[in-house]
Amino acid sequence: MTAHDPALPPRPNSAPTIYAYDEYDRAFVRERVAEFRGQVERRLAGALTEEEFRPFRLMNGLYLQLHAYMLRVAIPYGSLTSRQMRQLAYIADKWDKGYGHFTTRQNLQYNWPKLVDVPDILEALADVDMHAIQTSGNCIRNVTADHFAGVAADELEDPRPTAEFLRQWSSAHAEFSFLPRKFKIAVSGAEHDRAAIKIHDIGLRIVKNAEGAIGYEVIVGGGLGRTPFVGKLLREFLPRADLLAYLEAILRVYNRFGRRDNKYKARIKILVHETGLDEIRAQVEAEHSAMDRAPFAYDAQELERVAAAFAPPAYESLPAHSDGFEKAKAENAEFAAFAAVNVAPHKVPGYAIVTVSLKPIGGIPGDATSAQMRALADAADTYGFGELRVSHEQNIILPHVKQDDLLALWRDLAAAGLSTANAGLISDIISCPGLDYCALATARSIPIAQAISQRFADLERQRLIGTLGIKISGCINACGHHHVGAIGILGLEKKGVESYQITLGGDPTLSASIGELLGPGVSAEEVPDVIESLVQFYLAERRDGEAFIDTWRRLGHKRFKESARREGEDGSGI
Amino acid sequence: MTRPANPKFSPKILLASDLAEGDVVFWGQDGWERDLLRAKIAYDEAEVATLDAAGKAAIAANRVVDAYLVDVTVDAAGAPAPSHFREKFRAAGPSVRRDLGKQAWLQGAGNR
Ligand code: HEM
Ligand code: SF4
Repeated sequence: MTAHDPALPPRPNSAPTIYAYDEYDRAFVRERVAEFRGQVERRLAGALTEEEFRPFRLMNGLYLQLHAYMLRVAIPYGSLTSRQMRQLAYIADKWDKGYGHFTTRQNLQYNWPKLVDVPDILEALADVDMHAIQTSGNCIRNVTADHFAGVAADELEDPRPTAEFLRQWSSAHAEFSFLPRKFKIAVSGAEHDRAAIKIHDIGLRIVKNAEGAIGYEVIVGGGLGRTPFVGKLLREFLPRADLLAYLEAILRVYNRFGRRDNKYKARIKILVHETGLDEIRAQVEAEHSAMDRAPFAYDAQELERVAAAFAPPAYESLPAHSDGFEKAKAENAEFAAFAAVNVAPHKVPGYAIVTVSLKPIGGIPGDATSAQMRALADAADTYGFGELRVSHEQNIILPHVKQDDLLALWRDLAAAGLSTANAGLISDIISCPGLDYCALATARSIPIAQAISQRFADLERQRLIGTLGIKISGCINACGHHHVGAIGILGLEKKGVESYQITLGGDPTLSASIGELLGPGVSAEEVPDVIESLVQFYLAERRDGEAFIDTWRRLGHKRFKESARREGEDGSGI
Repeated sequence: MTRPANPKFSPKILLASDLAEGDVVFWGQDGWERDLLRAKIAYDEAEVATLDAAGKAAIAANRVVDAYLVDVTVDAAGAPAPSHFREKFRAAGPSVRRDLGKQAWLQGAGNR
């Protein structure tokens, strides 16, 4: 229970299928809050300089951006209870400016906290078993996972128990607190990759081998930023029992050999690239054989205990198809459009997974007001066992909704401005904060996303265009994943003005690829026109069932490049 | 106030983030100001050196973080405006949320 928010008592329907903190976790987080409170006090009193204080604040997820501090809150593998969501809303109202920003790392960022308030904010987070530890710094960051975990129809195994194991292993891991650079791990347990495992430092995919045993495919060395790489296959099948020891071995090799002389070459992707995959594999295997594996020994009982925390909620036995749902779709075209795009198949008959878009036409991708956060928490309680997920596409997922309830849910979402039927479509744009907030940015990204969204405002046309990921970053760091956008947009500064480079053919899934450059940068005003011309070319050329990326792959980059030339005034800007 | 412009010299102001609150502050006649219009403008190297020294002292005194000089243009009324788009945004607030940041504060709306 929190001491702060009267709106918080757990509701009868909230049976969070989420890992519960134990007393150890709680005490640890409280100690960290108290410690940081002391550090803030000493900083304000002048006992610590900024150089001394910076590492402390970064260890607690606190950055300094353009207009204010920024606090990044960890949401382990993107899973949230309604109670936690309400607390996030409460914090947004009390100490921030009434909204929060959901990120591509399944976290939440507050853009306006005051340093003096941050200890109180951290305490309020601790009240609901949350924190901001390891959301910054050269450590193992928040472990991400498929946002459909536990409910996806194409799932082999729920990735969350694995992700939770990794969270516990990596939290406050002393040896890996000062790695050469930040380290990101993503886990997927399904046929389709919704966790972008190939663009993480380590990507894990739960697989079954020929003998029917469950284990992990281990991908290593993916990442975006200045030098983007698709991850490489380090181990085709890692037995479950070896998981922690093997990851420990990888991290030790990285910690020892990763470059510390050059920040831009410090990620494991560069080590893998420079050393060679085979040599890295040999080193990891050697470390794994030589190390004392006892501390990482697999405890099947412990996995069961953890997995039990993710046990399915009390689903009802329902027919696979709901007549009410079918009827509602037949009678209401707008709802049918929502159902076609934002509703995904569920493991359990009669249920569905709902993607709530945080991309209203012309809105700021990933932003949610505190009222919307509360509406989402209410919706989760009323229709979804009190559980929510944050997706790396900066949307919110309600993972267990009865098909019978979809219409009512849609109405509730609409009332909160959350019913935009564009999941996966051209206006479902990933965008980093860019120069509107970020101190590292070279150009703005949000207004570009807004302009494209407005240009393609017509949802019927969006459905006609089909699946198309546009991803935008405000600098080379690639927080907006532009390298893996079917259309990627990178904001740069050229001769004192904002300029945008466009790439085509990026893909964050198992068929991962890095986008190819269309040509020199264009101005902000030109971006929607260029996108329009690319989309028109695609619509004219596509064959049945082809998404944008398929047509691009079939025709080749050159054809798209030429089309953009022809469509431009004289092609000079493109 | 406005001065005869030296065409070879770009006027400058000193900008920083307030330590305790994190918002943008400008060095003015009597210390740190939240209003850009109250920023002290340096028109020559000597005045720039004074600004720079003020920034270093304020950092040493743990009053602000990350103080640095910014090129500005000065209009007929003597109002400075950062030359680079990055600092323009810093001085105003997010271009996508006119209700937040300095632009809102100046209208008495924001900065709750
Ligand atoms: C204060 C704000 C932020 C700062 C200072 C920051 C800094 C950085 C830097 C320096 C990198 C490049 C790292 C490297 O390649 O070594 C990076 C990459 C990345 N950041 Fe951010 N970022 C910020 C906000 C965000 C936000 C809002 C998101 C999510 C929307 C995000 C997600 C990512 C992702 C996904 C990558 C690239 C993936 C990778 O290569 O691992 N960051 N960020
Ligand atoms: S890509 Fe650049 S501008 Fe965007 S959030 Fe990351 S560091 Fe900031």
